[in-house]
Amino acid sequence: MQIRPILAALRKHKLATFLIAMEIALACAVLVNAVFLIVNRLSAMDIVSGVDESSLGTIVVTGFGPKDANDLNARMLAGLRGIAGVESVHVVSSVPFGPQGGVNGITLDQEGKHFGAVVQTYQGEAGSPEALGLKLVAGHLPAADDYQPILDHDYMPLSSRVLVTQALAEKLWPGANPLGKEFWGAKYRFRVIGVVANLSVSQYTENGEHGAQWCVFVPVQAGGQLAGTYLIRAKPGDLERVMTEARAAVAKIAPDVVLDYANSQTIGHLRERFFRNDRAMAGLLVGVIVALLGVTAFGIVGLASFWVAQRRKQIGIRRALGATRADILRYFQTENFLIVTFGIVVGVVLAIGINIVLMKFFEVPRLPLWYLPVGVVVLWLLGQLAVLVPALRAAAVPPVVATRSV
Amino acid sequence: MFAYYLDLAFRSLKRNRLLTVLMVLAIAIGIGASMTTLTVMHLLSGDPLPGRSAHIFFPQVDSTPASWYNPRHPLDMMDYRSAVDLWTAHRADRQAIVVQSPVKVSAPGADRPPLMLTLMATTSDFFPMFAVPFEYGSSWTPQDGANRNRVAVISSDLNDKLFGGKNSVGKTLRLKDSDVRIVGVLAPWRPTPLFYDVLGGFTGNGFDTSYYAKPEDVFMPLQSALEVNDGNFFQFTCWGNGPRVPGHLEDAPCLWTALWVELDSAAKVADYRAFIRNYAQQQKALGRFANTNTRMLDLMQRLDYEQVIPKNVRLQTWLALAFLAICLFNTVGLLLAKFLRRAGEIGVRRALGASRRSVFAQCLTEAGLIGFIGGAAGWLLTLVGLWLVRRQQTPYSDLVNMDVSMFVVTFLLAIAVSLLAGALPALRASRIAPALQLKTL
Repeated sequence: MQIRPILAALRKHKLATFLIAMEIALACAVLVNAVFLIVNRLSAMDIVSGVDESSLGTIVVTGFGPKDANDLNARMLAGLRGIAGVESVHVVSSVPFGPQGGVNGITLDQEGKHFGAVVQTYQGEAGSPEALGLKLVAGHLPAADDYQPILDHDYMPLSSRVLVTQALAEKLWPGANPLGKEFWGAKYRFRVIGVVANLSVSQYTENGEHGAQWCVFVPVQAGGQLAGTYLIRAKPGDLERVMTEARAAVAKIAPDVVLDYANSQTIGHLRERFFRNDRAMAGLLVGVIVALLGVTAFGIVGLASFWVAQRRKQIGIRRALGATRADILRYFQTENFLIVTFGIVVGVVLAIGINIVLMKFFEVPRLPLWYLPVGVVVLWLLGQLAVLVPALRAAAVPPVVATRSV
Repeated sequence: MFAYYLDLAFRSLKRNRLLTVLMVLAIAIGIGASMTTLTVMHLLSGDPLPGRSAHIFFPQVDSTPASWYNPRHPLDMMDYRSAVDLWTAHRADRQAIVVQSPVKVSAPGADRPPLMLTLMATTSDFFPMFAVPFEYGSSWTPQDGANRNRVAVISSDLNDKLFGGKNSVGKTLRLKDSDVRIVGVLAPWRPTPLFYDVLGGFTGNGFDTSYYAKPEDVFMPLQSALEVNDGNFFQFTCWGNGPRVPGHLEDAPCLWTALWVELDSAAKVADYRAFIRNYAQQQKALGRFANTNTRMLDLMQRLDYEQVIPKNVRLQTWLALAFLAICLFNTVGLLLAKFLRRAGEIGVRRALGASRRSVFAQCLTEAGLIGFIGGAAGWLLTLVGLWLVRRQQTPYSDLVNMDVSMFVVTFLLAIAVSLLAGALPALRASRIAPALQLKTL
C-alpha cells in the first residue's frame, strides 16, 4: 500500500484531519484514565474482611446507659439465641463494614514517643474470634482468662493480650516475630498473643495514614462500654430469615432501646452498602466510556462518508485505471489508520498528563504503562470499524463514474 | 434575513439527515453529561446563607499539647473551656457554641417506639445568626440558657412525625430520661451544605458527603443539653488520659465543641481577630495553652478549606467537561465536512452578490440551529441524568433538581458550544472562491 498519496491527500484536508485526530487524542486520554479509575474502584471493593461474611449479621441497638448494659446484654443474648437457626450470638464492639469502630493512635513505647500507627480496635467477648471466623496464622486465640472486664470509666482493660493482623504486624515490626511484642494507646497496654490473616477496619477510606487491615482484636468481657452490638452467626441459607426475625424480636426483647435498623443487617448487606457509591461511580464511568467511543465513532463515520462522497469521481478514475475494489477499501482504511495513529500519539501524552493531574488532586495512583497500548489498540479497532461502512461504499463506486461529469 | 437563513438551515439539515442526527446527538450527549454534573456542582457549591455568609466567622484557638505535631493547627474543634471563655466575653455581634450528640427521643403517651436523633446543644443566638425560620413559637431566651431550663426547639420533620405537623409549642418531649418543654418549631430549613456541622472535613478529605445531610431534629440550650444527655457526648480528639468519665467532656482534655460568631463590619472582624490572639497569648502565659495559633475564616472560606464538595462530584464534572470538548471537536469536524460539501452552492451565492459576511452568518445560523436542537435533546438527557443521581443514595439526593437558572444555562451552553464549533467551518466556507466553484459546476 502506498502511503505517500494518502498523506498528500490528507495535506489538502489539514483542518479536518487535525480535528478528527484531536478528537481521538482526547478520547484516548479520557478512555485510558476512565478505565483506570474503574479498575481502581473495583479493586478497592476487593477488601478482604477476614470474617465469614456469608454466615454473619449484626443487630445494633442504641439509647441506653452504661448502667443498663449488663441487663440489656443478658436480655438480648437470651432473646436472640432463642430464634430458630441462630448458631451463636456474641457481644462485639463493631464488625467490618459496620458502624465506625474505635480508632486509636498507638505507640511502641509506654512514654508515647515512638509513634506506631493509627489502628482500629475491635472488642469482643469470649467466643467472638471463633464466631467471626478469624484465621489464625501464628500464636493462639485468647484463652478464657484473657477476656477481662472493662473498668468503669475506661474504654478497655488497662493491660490486654490481643490479636493483630498480619498487615499491622508487618507495619509495626517489619520482619520481626510479632508474638510477645507490646504497644500502647494512651494509658492502655497491649501484648500480642496471636496473629490473624485478615481483619479489615469497619469504614475504610483511601486517604490518610492508615491501612485497610490495621486492626487489633481486644478480648474483653461484655458489659459497661461493650454492649448494644450483637454478632449473629447462622447458616448462610438461613441468615436472611434469621436477621429479619432478629430485627423484629428486638421490639419485644428490649422495647426501651432503639434499633439501629440501617446497621442491623447481614455483613453482606453492609458490604454492599459500603461500596454503593463506588459502584455508582464505576457505572457512570462505564456509561461515559460507551458514549465517548460512540461519539468518536460517529465523528469518524461522518467525516469519512463526506470524504467518500467528495472523492467519488477520483475513486471512479482510479477504478477505471485498474485499481481493484480492495485497493479502494484499503486506501480508506489506511487513511483512517494514519489519522488515528496521529491522534493516539498526542492522546498518549495527554493521558499521562491527565493522570499526573489526577494523582495530584484526586489521590489516584500512577497509571500503569500497559494501559496505554491497550487503549491504542482499542482506538485503532474503533477507527477501523467506524470507517468500514464508508470505505465499503467507496469500494462500490463503479469505474464508469469517471466518464461522467458530476 | 435571519428568517431566511433559518429557512436555509432547515433545508440544509433535512438534506443530509444522517450527518444532522450525528451532530445533534453529539451535542446532546455532551450537554446532557456536563449539565448533569454542573447542576450537582451548582447545588453543592452554593452559599448556605446567601447575603449573610460574609458576616459569619469561625474562630479557632489551639489547646492541644506541644508534643502534637500537626501542620494544620489549630484543629477544627475547641475544648469546652476555651469555647465558653470566648462565648462569655460577648465580643461579637452574635455568638453560638455548637455541640452535637445522639439522643433518644420519645413523645410521652405516644405508642411509637423511641427514636435516636441528633441533639444540637447551642446558645440562643444560633437562630437569629443563621436566619433559622420558625413555624410556631420562637427560640428560647438567653435567660432560659443561663437558668439551664429544660426547653427545646424541634425541626419541622420531627414535629410532623410526632405531632402530625400541628402546633406543638408547650408540649413535652422525653429526651433520654428527662422531660423538656417545646418552645419553638422550625419551618422547613435545609441549609446546603450544613455548614455549621462541617467539622473535621479535612479528615474526610472530600470523600465525605454527610455535610449535605439535614439539620438536627432537636435544639436545646447548651448547659441544659449537657445535663440532659450527659454521658453521650463524643470527643473529636483527646490527649493525656482522655475523659475521666466516657461521654462527659466538660472537664476533659478533649476537643469537642465549636464556636460561630457574627461580625457585621470589617473593624469588628479585625477587633475579633486581635481578641482571640490575645486570648491565646494570655492562656499560654497561664500555662493552659502550648501554642498561640489562632485562625478565623469566614463561612465560605471555611467550606473551601474543608473541601466540602465531594471529590467524586468534582471528578465527574471534569470528566463531563472533557467529554463536552470531545463532542465539540466532533461537531467542528462534521460541520466542516457539511459546509465544504456545499462549496458549489456557496460559490453560486457569492457569485450572485452575497458577501463573505452573509455566507458566514448563514453557516453560523445553521450551527446555532443544530445547537438549539441539541440543547433541547441535551436538556432531556440532563433530566435523565439527574434522575439517575437522585437514585444514588447520597445525603443530597433529595435536593437534586434543575432550577430555572440551570435550565437557561443548558440552552445557552448548547448554543454557545455549537456556535463555537461552527465558527471555524463557517469561516472556511465564507473564504470559498466563487470563480473556482463555478468552473467545476
